[in-house]
Amino acid sequence: MIRRILTASLAPLLLAALPAHADALRIITWASYVPPEVIAQFKKETGIDVQVTLSNNEEMISKLRATGGAGFDLAQPSQDRIFGAQQEFRIYKPFDLSKVKLDEFVPELLEAVKKNATVEGRLYGLPYVWGTEGLIYNSTRTKVADYTDLCAPALKGRTAVRLKRPTLMAFALASGHDPFALYNDTKAYTALMQQVGRTLAACKGNFRFFYDNKDQLLNGVRSGEIWAAMMWDSGGWLLNRENPAIKFINPKSGAIAWMDTFALPARGRNDAAAYAWINFVMRPEVAALVAKSIGNFTASKGADKLMDPRVRAQFAESFPDGLKNIKWYPAIPPGLEEIEGEVLDKVKASD
Amino acid sequence: MSDAAAGGRWSRRLVLALLLAPALLWLLTLIILPHADLAVLSFRERVAPREYAPSLAQYRTFFGEPLYWHVFVRTAFMSAIATLVTLLLAFPIAWIIAKLARGRMSALLFVVCLIPFWVSETVRTLGWMILLRESGVLPAILVHLGLTAQPVELLYHDATILVGLVYTSLLFMVVPLVGSLESLDNSLIEAAYDLGAKGWSILRTIVIPHAAPGITAGCIVVFMLTLGNYLTPTLLGGKNSLWFTEQIYTQFITRFNWEQGAAFGFLLLALSTAMVWLGLKLSGQRFSDVMRRV
Repeated sequence: MIRRILTASLAPLLLAALPAHADALRIITWASYVPPEVIAQFKKETGIDVQVTLSNNEEMISKLRATGGAGFDLAQPSQDRIFGAQQEFRIYKPFDLSKVKLDEFVPELLEAVKKNATVEGRLYGLPYVWGTEGLIYNSTRTKVADYTDLCAPALKGRTAVRLKRPTLMAFALASGHDPFALYNDTKAYTALMQQVGRTLAACKGNFRFFYDNKDQLLNGVRSGEIWAAMMWDSGGWLLNRENPAIKFINPKSGAIAWMDTFALPARGRNDAAAYAWINFVMRPEVAALVAKSIGNFTASKGADKLMDPRVRAQFAESFPDGLKNIKWYPAIPPGLEEIEGEVLDKVKASD
Repeated sequence: MSDAAAGGRWSRRLVLALLLAPALLWLLTLIILPHADLAVLSFRERVAPREYAPSLAQYRTFFGEPLYWHVFVRTAFMSAIATLVTLLLAFPIAWIIAKLARGRMSALLFVVCLIPFWVSETVRTLGWMILLRESGVLPAILVHLGLTAQPVELLYHDATILVGLVYTSLLFMVVPLVGSLESLDNSLIEAAYDLGAKGWSILRTIVIPHAAPGITAGCIVVFMLTLGNYLTPTLLGGKNSLWFTEQIYTQFITRFNWEQGAAFGFLLLALSTAMVWLGLKLSGQRFSDVMRRV
């Protein structure tokens, strides 16, 4: 009798423990990076289901760290966040480049990622999407030219930034310093960050809020509560398409360029599907779908030509000098985020 | 002793063990083990990549950095205020439900208190954001009534956080209060009036002492919920929220500093334990009596 009860009560537990889709591809990525139509097409071609978890750089690293790199088969961290995380937490496994169609990638972007995401001679990242972070403003209300213009007295309570490291980098650049050159000089870097922290704290009255996600800022700009802000190009161009008065510009001290990648979690259990997915989405026509969903350019060589002409025009308007005045993130050495974290905490706590 | 009796006792024990097993398993695997792990984490320090040494550095950082204990004290203080405001608001409501309303009316009032909890905390908090933001409902009404010339931003203030916290915790105060007020014999109050006592002294000498276990129970639950709340202070407080749970989240997720986050977690646990103990001492209640009311 008791055995029967035990079996009856344990059976559902055992069933629940079995994964529903043993061969699904589990991707942890950013919003709109994996559009549904691409998932559907992939499923049709390969029969593999794709499960998407939305995240950001910090959460991606923390989640993979918590499980020792299990739970996902493919991650999409920014290229500068791979080196430190890999050294510190060993959450990724290296790529077997023989399984990747490397000639689909834009060679310059591939080289850039190789430089930053190689640990102990092995490559841990492949480029996927790149874009910039600069400034947006509502031209009926105001005009800004550089990051520090967000602190102009006329913009009290009308601007927004993220309370994260890109904002520190931007304000450091605008103060005439190059934070990236100091990455390996802890003392000088700390001093620079503290100085930037004081600037941001003094400017805090100008920030209406610190936004955590794109939608929060988009809503603020659409409702007219925010007049100028730091923003990604794709978000800026989206707003520009809705309301031509809103402009995305390359700030005087330079937009900061990011690149998000493919990375294989250390204990992912479906590498074959991950490689199949990478080769699939880097095909020009598929990458074009991704580019349309994100509003950014991808690392796929042929997809540029298929890019929405409106976005190309917007890009030309925002970057009249092309990519000359753009700062790329170098790889972050471990420990840097702690210095920045203390500064960000102080900004948050200031009045 | 017969075999049958012994067998009966064994099966009773087995049933008891089986009934307790889920709770014990829950306690052990989801509460005790993770806490033990966190305790170990909080007493170590990163010395090099993937190398850690035992140390008190995390606790030293907390006491050495004014920012952290400032937020800590602020969180405790705001939680105490939120608990007090919740009590003051919940008491009349509980009194009406327990003493004035009859039958279906009383049940209806109770349901009215419960309805906001049919949606998740996120939705409730976002609702407040829609009401209070500059382009939101309430500022528009204020302008319409001519009370303000321009829409004002009602979000991102300490008062906004308090409103959200009180709203979220009201039910947890009302339930134990209703319980303890219902058991109060009306004839005691009538007798007090007959003997010439006034409303205030009746409240002070009869109602409050009788409801004390319920009040303490409600206060403990509300205080702990408020202290450990993450969503409401973060969303409603915006750039000025400074809630201690947010510091813990930041340490764990954005700084990758689990050691510091674990130390913060234990400090928060110590704080809520100390405050509960203090509350019991001040109100002269016993923990076991109080917990029966929750």
